[in-house]
Amino acid sequence: MDLASAKMIGAGLAVIALAGVGAGIGNIFSSLVTSIARNPSARNQVFGLAILGFALTEAVALFALMMAFLILFT
Amino acid sequence: MAAEKSTIDALGQFHLDTGLGAIGRSVNFANSNVMMVVAAALVLLALHYGMRRRAVVPGRLQALAEIGYQFIHDMCVEQIGEEGKRFFPFVFALFFFILIGNLIGLFPYFFTFTSHIAVTGALAVLVIVLVTAVALRIHGLHFFSYFWPEGAPVVLAPLIVPIEIISYISRPVSLSIRLFANMTAGHVMFEVFATFMLMLVGALGAFGYVLALGPLVINVALMGFEVLVAFLQAYVFAVLTCIYLHDAVHLH
Repeated sequence: MDLASAKMIGAGLAVIALAGVGAGIGNIFSSLVTSIARNPSARNQVFGLAILGFALTEAVALFALMMAFLILFT
Repeated sequence: MAAEKSTIDALGQFHLDTGLGAIGRSVNFANSNVMMVVAAALVLLALHYGMRRRAVVPGRLQALAEIGYQFIHDMCVEQIGEEGKRFFPFVFALFFFILIGNLIGLFPYFFTFTSHIAVTGALAVLVIVLVTAVALRIHGLHFFSYFWPEGAPVVLAPLIVPIEIISYISRPVSLSIRLFANMTAGHVMFEVFATFMLMLVGALGAFGYVLALGPLVINVALMGFEVLVAFLQAYVFAVLTCIYLHDAVHLH
């Protein structure tokens, strides 16, 4: 296997982490829907927390993406 | 396939060039620094002209300044408590510097200085040094009990204390990498989809123009998403700074 194909496979493997991030973001928003359905008046406070959690989880996805970019483009 | 792939110059947009001609070259004043000066000037000008009139019913610019002030002030008081008012100017400056940096990076031919880990790393180190200094000033040597959760069995000390110290040290790392990775990944995605358009036109000619509409639409949608991310990452940076300051003021 030459270096170029190994790089491509490595970049593909690096973004497997996105599976966990997808599950995490889905979990955040499913909890958001549940909590707003139970207590609609808490919407404003809970929504801010959900967006914060979304941003923190999304950062993990971007770490994986950065690894893929580093493998591909450097 | 491999030959085409290598034509995507995804990271070329982050190269530093010297700005301001010969003077800039002699003092290493890069385009990143120019953008930082522009961002700081924009914030200061918006605040200056926003607050000059001091009308009871605010105009647009004054409303902008007041909403920004209120937003960060509420965030400080909510996250840190009453002591948070002391740290309000710091968090305010940090938030708006990063926000304007993220936003002006979205304009064509503008440089995104938050996409460089040197910049975000410096900001994160500034935050963590401030947090540690505040904690040491308020609590003195009692600050080091921060690394020891109360009520934990003493047997576990060799395990818990290093973990707590590592998690404390990894804060500026994750803080800086989060902002830099978000900005870099967003701009690389623009570049990749824009290159797809050129590739389609180059490979298929007239029919390629029709197919190139796909990446174009995706890029427009991405631009909207990036505006959201620009706000979100500035907000996350400021909120995490507030949370760390809360830990420093109250210990746990």
